Amino acid sequence: MLEINCPYCGPRFETEFSYGGEAHIERPKDSENLSDEEWGDYVFMNSNTKGVFLERWVHTSGCRRWFNVARDTVTYEVLAVYETGSKPPKLDLRKDV
Amino acid sequence: MVEAYLRQSPLSQLALPSRAAEETGDAGVLMAERPFRRIVNLRGDPKSEAFQNAAKSVLGAELPLTPNSTTSPNTAAASKDASLLWLGPDEWWAISEDETPPLADKLRDALTGQHAAVTDVGEGYSCIAVSGPNAIDTLAKGCTLDFHDSVFAPGSCAQSDMAKAAVVFRRLEDETPSFEIYVRSSFAEYLWRWIEDAAGEYGVAVSA
Repeated sequence: MLEINCPYCGPRFETEFSYGGEAHIERPKDSENLSDEEWGDYVFMNSNTKGVFLERWVHTSGCRRWFNVARDTVTYEVLAVYETGSKPPKLDLRKDV
Repeated sequence: MVEAYLRQSPLSQLALPSRAAEETGDAGVLMAERPFRRIVNLRGDPKSEAFQNAAKSVLGAELPLTPNSTTSPNTAAASKDASLLWLGPDEWWAISEDETPPLADKLRDALTGQHAAVTDVGEGYSCIAVSGPNAIDTLAKGCTLDFHDSVFAPGSCAQSDMAKAAVVFRRLEDETPSFEIYVRSSFAEYLWRWIEDAAGEYGVAVSA
């Protein structure tokens, strides 16, 4: 089980959180002028990274706040936790993935 | 709010008062229901001085800004008998007994014109008190939180899951480990029965 360090409540078990998919996906500004293909791309096409992945989590059973997590999808190691709206911290990336 | 004469506690069907033991003997865990607490959910910007001051003027104490901490009327220099629980970076609970005018109305008046929210949530919750030398062992069976003194000291609070029910834990400033578990009314009977079963090996008594 993952132990995720909620930026507001502190370390808690994974069972208290819900997953929100890939982080930092920007909503297209002129969404009314998008083609179906472009809109579908925004809504459905997420990356499936092997290695460090930036993702969103929400502390459902705790403070109910959203935040971002940098997690290694190979080792499941949580590398960093940072607030929604802030830039991801610089991370030492593993070289073997 | 429900008319007082129609009010029934969420655990009334368990007839707890008739089970309350005067002598609890060597029971490892004591349980009790503490129904009808007034709970006000307060949200606002803790960086706003106006918000802080307005809240303090009604509640009689500063809003706790340290995560998972409480301000209880026994410890802080509070003139009013409301306990304040930190729930999130901009969210608190104020717990008090019944009073007139209701705490929520006073808070709403004090916060008029500010970007803040006051919601009376007490009718949706009940409170199960769990205490005794084996209280921590019992809670540990149903929750992933670390309840050890060094982590969850007296005066702490936390939102989490207990036996998969969403709850708010609060550790009282007592010498024997004493906890209050705030749970939604519809989960109260389930949680009571679950805790009573889990505490069976230590010996359970219902306290008044």
